[in-house]
Amino acid sequence: MENLNLVLPEIFISLSIMFLLVLGVFKKNSSKITFNLSLFAILITAIITINETFSVSRETLFNESVVIDSMSSLMKIITLIGGFLVLVISSSYLKTFKIYNIEYPILILSSILGMMVMISSNDLIVFYMGLELQSLALYILATYNRDQLKSSEAGLKYFVLSALSSGLLLYGCSLVYGFSGSTNFNIISNQLNSNEYVLTFGIVFILVGLAFKISAVPFHMWAPDVYEGSPTTVTLFFTMVPKIAALTVFIRFLYVPFLNLIDQWQMIIIFLSIASMVFGAVAAIGQTNIKRLIAYSSIGHIGYTLSGLATASNEGIQSSIIYISIYVVMNLALFSCLLMLRRKEQYYEDIEDLSGLSKNHPLLSLCLLVILFSLAGIPPLAGFFAKFYVFKAVLEQSMFFLAIVGLLSTVVAAFYYLRIIKIIYFDKEKDKYDTDHSLWLKFSLTVSTILILLYFIFPSQLIEVVSRINII
Amino acid sequence: MNFPILSSLILLPTVGALFLFFSKDKEGNNSTAKYVALFTTIVNFLISIYLWISFDQSTSNFQFVEDRTWIEGFINYKVGVDGISILFIILTTFITPLCVISVNNSVKNRLRDFLIAILIMESFMIGVFCAIDLVVFYLFFEAGLIPMFLIIGIWGGPKRVYSAFKFFLYTLLGSVLMLVAIISIYWISGTTDVIQLYELGVDAKYQNLLWLAFFSSFAVKTPMWPVHTWLPDAHVEAPTAGSVLLAAILLKMAGYGFIRFSLGLFPVASEVFTPLIYTLSVIAIIFTSFIALMQEDMKKLIAYSSVAHMGFVTLGIFTLQQQGIEGSIIQMISHGLVSAALFLCVGVVYDRMHSRMINSYGGIVTIIPKYSILFMLFTLAALGLPGTSGFIGEFLILMGAFKDNFLVAVIASLGVILGAAYMLWLYKRVVFGKLVNEDLKKMFDLNRSEYLILSCLAVPTLFFGFYPDPLINTIEVSVTDLINMHNTNIASK
Repeated sequence: MENLNLVLPEIFISLSIMFLLVLGVFKKNSSKITFNLSLFAILITAIITINETFSVSRETLFNESVVIDSMSSLMKIITLIGGFLVLVISSSYLKTFKIYNIEYPILILSSILGMMVMISSNDLIVFYMGLELQSLALYILATYNRDQLKSSEAGLKYFVLSALSSGLLLYGCSLVYGFSGSTNFNIISNQLNSNEYVLTFGIVFILVGLAFKISAVPFHMWAPDVYEGSPTTVTLFFTMVPKIAALTVFIRFLYVPFLNLIDQWQMIIIFLSIASMVFGAVAAIGQTNIKRLIAYSSIGHIGYTLSGLATASNEGIQSSIIYISIYVVMNLALFSCLLMLRRKEQYYEDIEDLSGLSKNHPLLSLCLLVILFSLAGIPPLAGFFAKFYVFKAVLEQSMFFLAIVGLLSTVVAAFYYLRIIKIIYFDKEKDKYDTDHSLWLKFSLTVSTILILLYFIFPSQLIEVVSRINII
Repeated sequence: MNFPILSSLILLPTVGALFLFFSKDKEGNNSTAKYVALFTTIVNFLISIYLWISFDQSTSNFQFVEDRTWIEGFINYKVGVDGISILFIILTTFITPLCVISVNNSVKNRLRDFLIAILIMESFMIGVFCAIDLVVFYLFFEAGLIPMFLIIGIWGGPKRVYSAFKFFLYTLLGSVLMLVAIISIYWISGTTDVIQLYELGVDAKYQNLLWLAFFSSFAVKTPMWPVHTWLPDAHVEAPTAGSVLLAAILLKMAGYGFIRFSLGLFPVASEVFTPLIYTLSVIAIIFTSFIALMQEDMKKLIAYSSVAHMGFVTLGIFTLQQQGIEGSIIQMISHGLVSAALFLCVGVVYDRMHSRMINSYGGIVTIIPKYSILFMLFTLAALGLPGTSGFIGEFLILMGAFKDNFLVAVIASLGVILGAAYMLWLYKRVVFGKLVNEDLKKMFDLNRSEYLILSCLAVPTLFFGFYPDPLINTIEVSVTDLINMHNTNIASK
C-alpha cells in the first residue's frame, strides 16, 4: 500500500476545489465565503505539506511517477505562500472592477494544484497533466477582466502561444519516450547516454517548451503583452507562482532524465541565460508601463536564475532556488506598491504616474526605493545576495564569461530601475493617491520590504533550508 | 571579547538616522532633526578619537578586531583597524559633523531626509575603512552609492539627474568586476578574510587579472584619467555637503583600496602594472591641471584639482617606497580637509550670490575680509605651501617618486607648479581685482556656523603642516610592514 500521506496536500486541495465549486454554485452571493474558505484551504494545505513532507528526504510513489523530496516540499510551500498572498491582496482590486466572483479563488486553487503536481512529477505524463491543469486555469485568469479588451487579448495570446509551446513540449517528450522506452524520469536517465542526433532534438524541444513557460529569451514574446493586459493581481500571480513550478520542473528535467547529457544542454541553458539577462535589461529601458517593465525585468531575472542552473552543480541549483525565492518576495513587494496607486476607483500603472510620489507618500516611496535598489542588486539589500550566490556558483565552475556578462547586464538593468527612482524622487509631484488600502495589502508590503531590507542580518537561514536540496 | 567599538562606530549613525526617521518636527522647523544629527555625529567623532588614543602604534596587526560568523562557512563579519585605516575613520567622523552644520545654509527643503542620507552615508563610509573581509568591504563600498545617488539627485543643481545617473552607473560598472574578482579569490584561496589572505598570498598566475578587476573599480572611484569625467559633473551638481563628502571621503575609499588590496593582495601584479599607474597618474596630474586652468566654474575647477591631487596619491602609492606611501596617505588626509574646505568656501559665496561662475565675482576682499583670509589659507594649502598639510603629502610623494623613477618625478613636480597656477589664479580672480558687480556689496561676511566650520578645518591643516608626527607615527609601522611583506612576496616569486 502506498503511503498516501505524502500526497495528502494534493488530495486535500482537490477536495477543497470540488467543495468550493459546489458551494459557489448552490449558494447565492458566496464570493466572500469562497474567498475566505480558499484562503483557509491553502493555509491548511501548507500546514499539511510542512507536517507530512518536510522531513522526507526522498520518497517515490505510484510506480515512481511522483517524487517527494526536499526540493518538492520547499517549492510547494513557496507556491502555496505565494498563492495565499496573491489571493489575499486581490480582493479590493477585484471589487473595484466588479469581478469579485467565486471563480477567481477556485481558478487560483486549481492552478496551484496543477503546479504542485508538476513540482512532484517524476514522469512525463504526470508532468504534462500538471502543466496543462495549471495552464488552463491561467488562460482563464488572464482573461478574467473579460469586459476589457486588453484582458481578453492577453488571455487569447497566452492561450495560443502556450498551446504552441505545449505542443513542442509534447513532441519532445514523444521523441525522448521513443528513445528510452519509458516515461519515468529515472528509467529515462539510465537509458539515455548515447549521442543520438534525434535525441538532441527531443531535448531541445522539451527545453524550448519549458523556456516558453518561464519566458526566457528568445521565447519571451508573450510575456509583456500578457502581463500588461491581465488584471494586475493576475499579473502578480503570473510573475511569481508559475515561475516557481516551471523552474522546479526545469531543474528536475535537466538533472534527472538528462543528467548524462550535460554536454548537449549546457550550451543551450547558457545561451538562454545570457540572452535573457541582456535582453531583459536592454528592452526594459524604453518601457512606459510599469507592468510591461516588470515583464522585461522578470525576463532578466529568469536569466540570472538560469545561469545558476547552467553550472551543473548542486551549488548552482541551490543558488537558483534562493534567487527565485528572493525574487518572489521582491515581486510581491513591488506589486503591493503598484496596487496602492489608486485614485477614485481607478488604478494607475504608467511609470509617469509615479512622478514625485515621494512628496505625498514618503513611506510608500521609501518602500519602492528599497525594492527597486534590491531588484537592481545593490548591496546590502536582499537582491544583491541573490545575485551574489548565483555568481558564486557560476564562478566556481570557472564560467567567467557568463558571470561577467551577467554582472554587466546588472549595470544596464540598474539604469531603468534608477529611472523609476528618479521619477519618484526627483520629478514634480502629481495628485495624491488614496490611502485607504486594505490591511492585507499594507501587511504584505511592510513584511516583504522589511524582509528585503534586513535580509543581510540573517542570510544563513535561507541557505540552510535550501542546502538540503541535493539533486545530483 | 571587548566592547565592539568599531561596530558601534558603524551602527551609531544608522541608529541616529532611524531616530530621525521616526521623529516628527513641526512644519518648517527642523531644529530637532539638526540637533539629533549633530549630536550623533559628534559622539561618533569622540568615539573615534578614543579609538585613536587607545590605538597601539607599535604594531601593524589589526586591532579592535571583531569576528562574527555571518554566512555559515563562507563569510565572516570581520572588522578591525590598523595604522592605515584609522586615520580615514577619523577623517570621516571629523568631516561628517561639519557637513551637518553646513546644511543650515545650503539645504532648503526636506532637511530631515537629507540628514538621514548623510548619517547612513557615514555608516557605510566607516564600514568601508573598517572592513577586513573582502565581501564586507564590497558591501559597504557599493551600499554607499544609494545615499549618494539620492543626495545628488534630490538636493542637487539643475543638471542633477544626469550627474546622479552618471555617478551611479560609472561606479557600479567599475565595481561589478571587483565582485567577480572577490568571488574568484574565494575560489582560488578559500577565504575572503584579508588577514588570512595576507598570510596565504594569492596565486601569482591569477594576480594580473584580479588586479585589473580591482583596478577597474578603484580607478573609477579615485577617479583616474580617463574615467574621471563623472567627478566634475557630480561635484558641480551636488549640494555643498554632498560635494564635501564626495571629495573628502568617497574618493579616499579608492586610494585606501589601492593600498590595502591592490598592494597587499597582489604584490606581483602591482609590480607589473606600476608603469600603467605611473602613466595614468602623470597624465592626471598634468592634463587635468591644464583643464582646471581653463574652468569658468569654481566647483568644476576644484573638482579637476581633486583629480590632479588624486593623481599624486596613486603615484605615491605605487612608488612602493616608505615615503611614497606615507606621503599618499597624508596627502589623502590633507586633501580631505582642504578640498572639503574649498567646497565649503564656494558654498559660502554660492549661498549668497547663487552663482558659481568665477567671472561673477571679483574684488570681494574688502567686502568679506574674514572669508578671504580663510579662503587664502585653503588655496595655499591646496597648492602645497610649506607649513600646510598639503606640503607634507606632496613632498613625501615626490621624494618617493625620485627614488623610484626620476623622469616621472620630474614631470609630476611640474604638476605642482601648475597646481599653484590654477589655484592662485582662481583666488586672484575671485577675491582681488575690481568689484565687478554692485550686488556683491550686499554680501555679508561669514556667519557663526560657517566661521566655525572653516576654522575647524583650518586648525588641523596648519597643525599637521607644522607637526605631522602624529600622522606619521600612526601609519609608520603599518606602512613599513606592508612594504616588507610586499618585498618578501616579490622575492619569493
